[in-house]
Amino acid sequence: MRLEPRESVALAWQIGAPLLAVIASMAVCSGLILWAGASPLAAWGLLLKGALGSTFALTETLTRATPLIFTGLAAAVAFRAKLWNIGGEGQFYVGACMATWLGTGMITLPAWLMIPFLFLSGALAGGLFLLIPTWLKTRLKVDEVVTTLLLNFVVLLVVNWLVFGPWKDPMAMGWPQAAPVIDQAMLPVLVPKSSLHLGFILALACAFLIWWMMRFTIWGFEIRAVGASLKASTFAGMPVQATIVRTALLSGGLAAMAGVTELCGVKGYLTLDLSPGFGYSGIVVAMLAALHPLGVVLSATFIAVIYIGADSMSRAINISNYIADVTTAVSLLTVLLAMFLTRYRIRWK
Amino acid sequence: MSITPLLRLSGITKTFGPLKANDDISLTLAQGEMLALLGENGAGKTTLMSILFGHYVADDGSVEVLGRPLPPGSPRAALAAGIGMVHQHFTLADNMTVLENIMLGTEPLWAFRRGSARARAKLGSLMDRFRLRVDPGAKVRALSVGERQRVEILKVLYRDARILILDEPTAVLTPQESDHLFATLRELVNQGVAVIFITHKLREVMAASDRCVVLRHGRVVLEAATKKTSAEELARAMVGASIPQATRVTLAPGEEVLFLDRVRADAPDRGPGLRELRLSVRAHEILGIAGVSGNGQALLADLLSGLVAPTGGSVVLRGQTVSRLTPAAMIRAGVGRVPDDRTGTGLVADMTVMENLSTEIYRLPGFSKRGMLNFKALASRAAQLMDVFDIRCAGPNAPVRKLSGGNMQKLILARVLSQGPHLILANQPTWGLDVGATAAVHQHLLDAARRGAGIVLISEDLDELFELSDRIQVMYQGRLSAPENTATVDRAKLGLMMSGQNVDTRGAA
Repeated sequence: MRLEPRESVALAWQIGAPLLAVIASMAVCSGLILWAGASPLAAWGLLLKGALGSTFALTETLTRATPLIFTGLAAAVAFRAKLWNIGGEGQFYVGACMATWLGTGMITLPAWLMIPFLFLSGALAGGLFLLIPTWLKTRLKVDEVVTTLLLNFVVLLVVNWLVFGPWKDPMAMGWPQAAPVIDQAMLPVLVPKSSLHLGFILALACAFLIWWMMRFTIWGFEIRAVGASLKASTFAGMPVQATIVRTALLSGGLAAMAGVTELCGVKGYLTLDLSPGFGYSGIVVAMLAALHPLGVVLSATFIAVIYIGADSMSRAINISNYIADVTTAVSLLTVLLAMFLTRYRIRWK
Repeated sequence: MSITPLLRLSGITKTFGPLKANDDISLTLAQGEMLALLGENGAGKTTLMSILFGHYVADDGSVEVLGRPLPPGSPRAALAAGIGMVHQHFTLADNMTVLENIMLGTEPLWAFRRGSARARAKLGSLMDRFRLRVDPGAKVRALSVGERQRVEILKVLYRDARILILDEPTAVLTPQESDHLFATLRELVNQGVAVIFITHKLREVMAASDRCVVLRHGRVVLEAATKKTSAEELARAMVGASIPQATRVTLAPGEEVLFLDRVRADAPDRGPGLRELRLSVRAHEILGIAGVSGNGQALLADLLSGLVAPTGGSVVLRGQTVSRLTPAAMIRAGVGRVPDDRTGTGLVADMTVMENLSTEIYRLPGFSKRGMLNFKALASRAAQLMDVFDIRCAGPNAPVRKLSGGNMQKLILARVLSQGPHLILANQPTWGLDVGATAAVHQHLLDAARRGAGIVLISEDLDELFELSDRIQVMYQGRLSAPENTATVDRAKLGLMMSGQNVDTRGAA
């Protein structure tokens, strides 16, 4: 068996292959649903209905997609530069902590100033936080996969200490949570009586901005070049170090913005379960999107559909909502395989 | 010569997609014959030898050894039939001895003890018989390139090969080592071994082979006894047309564009560092740096590219001592750099032709403004350069990965020469290129020198150095010899200097 690169790939295949891959992953998971004793068709129908079938369902799905877009962008930008930031989860909480610290009464501004202020300071904190492993990488050649991953646990333990200790809200009847952010910091709701908030629009704007930056600016060009070949970019005299630092600030900042948006848009206060793994899911989102910033919006929505839909499906028929985890995992594998097969063909000898 | 040829290939055809790599190739090899297989890159030489050795299965045709057909697709069968191959890149384990390397793969997997004594005796008799001397107990790491090649040949002979195939055997050798190699091969041939060597160096073909076969576009275009042909005829057959000769105009040297004064640098790996280098290049002048690879040329190239900082001495560009060597600083100072590793260092293979043409200039005013790239300016520059430098590709947005080696090199030259450099560093600029692309690269370098650039040309190919350079310095173990005038120096002297003899280490510039 040998692999040969394909000479050219039709656009229809480039778009069609990932879609086919998603369908294939659903087919694989249908086996599991059958095994659990339900009809796959009914299950998938319920899943789609639960995620997209009503205004409420749709707003729930988009609300869930919002932090995923941010963490997906964070991973996409970093991976494009071959900066392997696995620390989205930690940066998420750094952003949330920053917003808690500043937004629970320390500073009070009108909402139109308060919200940008919290986003910017959160992003700055997250970006600076990612500079630690980045600095270790560029100066001492320490593998950033390890350092960013392990820092996630450091951050979680600090959050743990904060919500059980100094930041514990005395009004919360003993629950380990921080005080709620002030009203001016809460993101306005977009659709009445839903949880969909301004963060979603911000996420879309960020996706568009990142796409524009990658494509049309000097910085984007440098990020792409450094990622595609560190050696060749160094040889061409590009500011490689500055590019890596810029990428780290951007990536850490985007992941932290997911934390701010979740804190100020949904929960209102910091807890240890503010994120059900948004930072890690962001990696899946970015890979599903082939690191394309606009693709991130689609793949984040896809994953949100699966998770929100699976919740309502498992309530309707008795199937564990773990099927959502399995579906996203399988679809990641099939999509990666599909993207590989659009670039190469297999020849059997 | 016997009636049944030792080896007969008949009607070998192999296609890869739309490409006919081998098209109905037939050739024979008699016992005790030395055959040269010539052709440009992509002519099908390697494919043919891979089929012979069983790495590929031919679509059509057959291979016979002494009249018996060889089962296709089985390297093991090829070995058993006495076919042995010496690859261009050696396949030896550095940390093992010569004897261990030779025994590797010939021992049964489940033997209690290795038959070292027997192997040593057999190896000893082979060395005596073919006059191929290497210390069997030496670690391969400690051997010179020429000695390693001898080990490779011994490895093949140890397996009782009757047909020896060598792929570009002289690519890494000094002229003397090459002479030695061909003397060895002649000895093998005299004792009944048949030899096929793949090459594109015409001089070797004329000097060493009995018969030669020229391939072009997968077909045999010429087959002749070497005595009855000429280098010109072979060259025409290889290219399919007369080779464009680079035209050369020698101008009086102008101002000094580069002066290295006792420059020292440390090698990142254990290779030799640069030791007290002195060299001077003037405008309109091409300075050739000769030497066997691994003697510090790569480090010199990195230094002039701005990738490595010197640990001592000074680098003077047009009268200005350079204090901080970085790639960007060298580009600003008007140094054009053509690296030896085109796909890894010179180009971002996954980016487009236009992007790669832009990597050194995109920050200049006119090509970007307030952080935004000016695509219109970059695209029109790219279109112009693609036209002037004859870069053949699907378009400015084609990924560089899909370009041929020659077109990649033209792209790098376009990027470098379009900036009007005062000094050009060209490191192995025609390595792996076909004759046509080589001629184009040579012409571009000569034109640049005519326009006033000084050029440092690092090459392992003496023919290239003699064709292009005004003066030649030899690099050995991180030191440079005093410059020799190309018009007056002779090849044998350079060869000796390349192997470390007679080198004037004081190195006056």
